[in-house]
Amino acid sequence: MSRVLLETRDLTVRFGGHVAVDSVSCAFRSGELTAIVGPNGAGKTTYFNLISGQIPAASGRVALDGRDITRASVSQRTALGIGRAFQLTNLFPNLSVLENVRLVMQARSKTGFRLLTMAASLHDLTEQAEAVLARVRLLDRAGQTVSALSHGDQRKLEVALLIALDPLVYMFDEPTAGMSVDEAPVVLDLIADLKAQTDRTILLVEHKMDVIRSLADRIIVLHNGALAADGPPAEVMASAVVQEAYMGKDLADV
Amino acid sequence: MIVKLLSGDLPRSTVLAVILGLVFIALAFAPFLFPGVRSVDTAARICVFIVLVASYDLMLGYGGIVSFAHTMFFGMGAYGVALSSTNMGRGWDAMLTGSLTGALAAAALAFLIGLFSLRVRAIFFAMITLAVASAVAVLVSQLSSITGGEDGLTYLIPRELTPAFRFGDSFLGANLNGRLLAYYLVFSGALLLFLILLRVVNSPFGRVLQAIRENDFRAEAVGFRVVAYRTGATCISAAVAALAGSLYAIWLRYVGPDTVLSFDIMIDILLMVVIGGMGTMYGAVIGATLLVLAQNYLQGIMGTASRAVEGLPILPDLLDPDRWLLWLGVLFVLSIYFFPTGVVGRLRMQR
Ligand SMILES: Nc1ncnc2c1ncn2[C@@H]1O[C@H](COP(=O)(O)OP(=O)(O)O)[C@@H](O)[C@H]1O
Ligand SMILES: [Mg+2]
Repeated sequence: MSRVLLETRDLTVRFGGHVAVDSVSCAFRSGELTAIVGPNGAGKTTYFNLISGQIPAASGRVALDGRDITRASVSQRTALGIGRAFQLTNLFPNLSVLENVRLVMQARSKTGFRLLTMAASLHDLTEQAEAVLARVRLLDRAGQTVSALSHGDQRKLEVALLIALDPLVYMFDEPTAGMSVDEAPVVLDLIADLKAQTDRTILLVEHKMDVIRSLADRIIVLHNGALAADGPPAEVMASAVVQEAYMGKDLADV
Repeated sequence: MIVKLLSGDLPRSTVLAVILGLVFIALAFAPFLFPGVRSVDTAARICVFIVLVASYDLMLGYGGIVSFAHTMFFGMGAYGVALSSTNMGRGWDAMLTGSLTGALAAAALAFLIGLFSLRVRAIFFAMITLAVASAVAVLVSQLSSITGGEDGLTYLIPRELTPAFRFGDSFLGANLNGRLLAYYLVFSGALLLFLILLRVVNSPFGRVLQAIRENDFRAEAVGFRVVAYRTGATCISAAVAALAGSLYAIWLRYVGPDTVLSFDIMIDILLMVVIGGMGTMYGAVIGATLLVLAQNYLQGIMGTASRAVEGLPILPDLLDPDRWLLWLGVLFVLSIYFFPTGVVGRLRMQR
């Protein structure tokens, strides 16, 4: 059986009096794709923020590959293997598409403190970045400034930055939100590829049940910040709690 | 070759390239093109301020860090040379020791300030630099037994750099004496420092700084330790500013709170970087050249203009040399209005 890569135990955070993530304990194994569902405001993004470190936990722990990272900084967690794509596109807007991906390659290669090398002379980083852009079908946009890209292309780049990072744990937060019907499959196929090729752990926040059904090994449901259900897709989708959480809406679309 | 020296960061505008070329030639041959004590002095000031402003641009334009302590770092380099020349006696070793000590001390202080305040919000860093810079300026005025207080320090630099050292008569109008050598020391030091800064902003480190300026949240999330990079940029910037201060001290053979520590210099730096164009490095060249020239010659030009329109109503009054600061202000407002991205940004847009 594959090993547990990521684990949260009693993970909790409050905003004022509101408990946004309420004592969530969950273990994620390598090679496993877990879909995280729940209505808006359920705490899915906040759960991600606790795992990748943007928000410190009020109580509980996060462990990566057996190592406690609850107190580690965002960049430390990234270096250890937590990777995150954001729900709201979060890029380097005035740099080129290629430069955005190159920066990730540079972060991984730990060349950031070289002061007197010319960045442009690190050709292998450029080549690696171009390979990633080819995978998300953005290579023809490599020279463009990010702020000039369409929303769909920005979403692809958001995913490209995560793929460039090649972490142990991939976290996708509604990766296809706002993408057109013909753009979304590029991203979904990539996630399917990642799942097939790697022994990584993938967490995917997604609302579309057909997507979940085709990709997920497991579904967890967050409701008012608490873990409401956890199990194989067919089982969870049939359960009363999901029906209630979604008030029948999205499930009816399937 | 030139591309390599400029670290692949070309002016990217023909007009800009021509202007930069002219400034370079004017500064490189200033003692021969514009003989005369005053004009060579202006050229030396321009060289020093180009480096000072470029080092500030590394922090502000590339790192997005607002600091009000840049004059303090500049002063540390200047006082480094002054104190070592006073205490070790005249000599090259004193000059070198003073410059290096000043640069190291500036970097160390920048490191401390960065460590304590860059973690927190950017505005906090700006406030801390303001507080520390004011405290240091007061301290320098108070410790008159060491620093000469408000009077400052006058000291001797190596004889080879003084007018007393002559190695020929005159050539193309320039006196072949130590003062000429001192000018070329300032010029080549400034050129070297500028090229190093240009390299730094085009290095992997410079790219990370730009990423942090664009989106520090995401920079941290892709694995860059934002605080470490910001602190690093602050230290490099401080050290280079200090070296510019050392060059200035070598040129002036005098330091005092008004010449190297006053808050007016900080304002000049801000004006120069904004007028020239932030985050471009070349903006420092344009901004420093324009402003130093304006400060040195605006009064004179206005005096001439005022006499020329004598007899007409109001005009002579408006053009009175005492109003030069007003006109500088007007020039500043106009340039911000018409070139919000600075002269360099504007020229690059036109391509
Ligand atoms: N930084 C924050 N400060 C205050 N409240 C927040 C913050 N982030 C999220 N919340 C609140 O926490 C709850 C969960 O939000 P979120 O995790 O974004 O939900 P989801 O991603 O499941 O839609 C919401 O009620 C939201 O308003
Ligand atoms: Mg969300």
